[in-house]
Amino acid sequence: MTLEIIGISVLWTFLFGYILVGAIDFGAGFFNAYSLITGRQRILTNIIQRYLSPVWEVTNVFLVFFFVGIIGFFPKTAFYYGTTLLVPVSIGIILLAIRGSYYAFETYGARGHKGYSFMYGLAGILIPASLSIVLTISEGGFVTMVEGHPVLDYWLLFSSRLTWSIVVLSIAATLYISAVFLTWYANKARDTEATKLLRKYALIWALPTMITAAGIIFELRIHNPEHYSNIQRFWPMFLISFLMFIGTVVLLWVRKNYGLAFGLLAGQFIFAFFGYGASHYPYLLYPHLTIYDSFTNTAMAISLIVVFILGLGLLIPSLYLLMRLFLFDKDYVRGKSNHHA
Amino acid sequence: MGNEQAVFFSRVLTELTLSFHIIYATIGVGVPLMIMIAQWVGIKKNDEHYILLARRWARGFVITVAVGVVTGTAIGLQLSLLWPNFMELAGNVAALPLFMETFAFFFEAIFLGIYLYTWDRFENQKKHLLLLIPVAIGASFSAVFITMLNAFMNAPQGFDLVNGEIININPLLAMFNPAMPTKVAHVVSTAFMTSAFVLASIAAFRMIKGSNHVYHKKALYLTMKIGLIFSIATAVIGDFSGKYLAEYQPEKLAAAEWHFETEGNAPLILYGVLDDGEVKYAIEIPYALSILAHSMPSAEVIGLDQFPEDEIPPLYIHYLFDIMVTIGMWMVLLSGVFWLGTRRRWKLVTTKWFRWLIVLGGPLSIIAIEAGWWLAEVGRQPWVLRGIMRTEDAATTSGQVGTMLVLFVILYIILGIGSVVVLTRMFRKNPVEREIEDREMEKGGDVL
Repeated sequence: MTLEIIGISVLWTFLFGYILVGAIDFGAGFFNAYSLITGRQRILTNIIQRYLSPVWEVTNVFLVFFFVGIIGFFPKTAFYYGTTLLVPVSIGIILLAIRGSYYAFETYGARGHKGYSFMYGLAGILIPASLSIVLTISEGGFVTMVEGHPVLDYWLLFSSRLTWSIVVLSIAATLYISAVFLTWYANKARDTEATKLLRKYALIWALPTMITAAGIIFELRIHNPEHYSNIQRFWPMFLISFLMFIGTVVLLWVRKNYGLAFGLLAGQFIFAFFGYGASHYPYLLYPHLTIYDSFTNTAMAISLIVVFILGLGLLIPSLYLLMRLFLFDKDYVRGKSNHHA
Repeated sequence: MGNEQAVFFSRVLTELTLSFHIIYATIGVGVPLMIMIAQWVGIKKNDEHYILLARRWARGFVITVAVGVVTGTAIGLQLSLLWPNFMELAGNVAALPLFMETFAFFFEAIFLGIYLYTWDRFENQKKHLLLLIPVAIGASFSAVFITMLNAFMNAPQGFDLVNGEIININPLLAMFNPAMPTKVAHVVSTAFMTSAFVLASIAAFRMIKGSNHVYHKKALYLTMKIGLIFSIATAVIGDFSGKYLAEYQPEKLAAAEWHFETEGNAPLILYGVLDDGEVKYAIEIPYALSILAHSMPSAEVIGLDQFPEDEIPPLYIHYLFDIMVTIGMWMVLLSGVFWLGTRRRWKLVTTKWFRWLIVLGGPLSIIAIEAGWWLAEVGRQPWVLRGIMRTEDAATTSGQVGTMLVLFVILYIILGIGSVVVLTRMFRKNPVEREIEDREMEKGGDVL
């Protein structure tokens, strides 16, 4: 295993972490806002707030970790992606800023403020859409080199079917992941009404997620044949992912074992995400940048890995404590105790 | 190449984001320590007021931390978006402190979540206080690591540049560069100082508004005392910074002090204006610059005459230096008089106008922080990486920076107004007098 592979695996894992916890978070914010419009906040707000409150800041750190890590391990990405992503990522930052701060404003400053709730619910659901553009660009075809500088062709990007399929997938998947998780969480909290509603949302968003995901692979056949043929090499991973998807939907359908359903969902996304990542190898940006020609020097790589291992030693026990206190603590989940400052 | 516009807008946008972020970041670094001290004093003295102080500060702190986190994310990404060439180089050499910062931040975020939601969950208050220690450590170390990167920009080392290739990279050497000790100490100590004075300012304001509950008196005395300690520390560190600059960045010191000719027995110029290259209306303190730079009245201090025209920072940084130092000294004096006056029961420190001065101290400290950062950043110009890369060569070539600037201006207005509105609403709706009554009722009145 080369240092390059270790580096990209660590980053890809953290990106996956961000996508999973971020999706739960953004989807929850959206469901919360939606339930306000439809007058069902009585059912959902409690359960959503109880989960979100202690963890929102942690979600954000996963993203920071990813983009700091990628500059550290693959400094050339700063040049290629930094130059081309100014507009999409700036929009992403603005949405993240609105989402993060208005969430805090509503939760800690003005409980139940409708305007704030809408703002962060809407901003949240647009974040995956704006950030997913990065994945689209990485497929190549949208960036050309002009006088030694990478330039992004916006017209091509926004008129591409691939772009919009990925946008739709990111939104559908966000709502799907979030609904499945919250169904489990609501069930643990013994909140039958919320469980019922969230289970319905989960089933509604299951199909669009699968259809767009399959559609994207199909799009890639035209857009990036090289990547498409690579994906086929990893077909067992996508098959396992699909079977896990079926498993989740069946469990939801028969109203059994929501915990396992969420576990299968996580598995579905792990296999699909890592299958996608592996087939993308070695390119960071088709066809300009690979993990090899963008990699940092050995001294830096080794020190980053050492810091990473030390950091994990600190992080894993802390995350365990966080989850034990809030995710797996019955009294907290059921709302029997409220110890907010 | 016609890239001047992109460079200009990139500079404005970075300056805007940093100037906005630094307010929340400073509070984010400093306030956890204040909460910790208050809660600790509360436990020690078995005084509910200090515990409540910690609790109410913690509540306000979440709002500022949220804005600090999102604007910090913004500046983190903007570094790559606006300065891709710089980040490519920095990524190769100085990525380590940046990476460590995310861990510090992670640590802080996790324990802040836990701390906020475990009030009264433990029988033993001390256990709850323990949870705050990682928050304070994480917050301070975020500042330490990120300042290391800024120090690297001022005194780059740990690599060799041969024919445009970076070789012999030593990440630890890059981290522990000569600018690091003074810069890190200065940033952390001013964060504590500013946070203390901002909190003091709130307490003084409540007292002026007629709330003479002993809670505010305790808050004011505690924060002013902490502020005094850290403002003195800041002054001492400032002296070391002068010596660092004289040694490694003489052009920055010379520009900030309007020191044109290299000479011994150099006087320190305070205030004044620059008129056609001539200093007017300034106060000259004999030998002071030589002492600041080399601890010796006769020592020679390098002047701007030693540098080519296009490597001299803009001379207006002298005004920023004046603002920073004046406010710093003023706060030492103000908090010193308050501390002494409170111990000796002087009437002076309980007068309304003196309290107004304390109220003013909060915003003034923030202005000093801003002036200090502008001085640090503008004083490094024309370099982004001193002696290695010019700012204009580091910027993006994208044509959309101007539009993004407009969007971010709107964003910061929304966040700034939002956070102020929420904070005032929060504390106005639940004044401390009422909360103390509520808590007494809850406990059956047996505690206080």
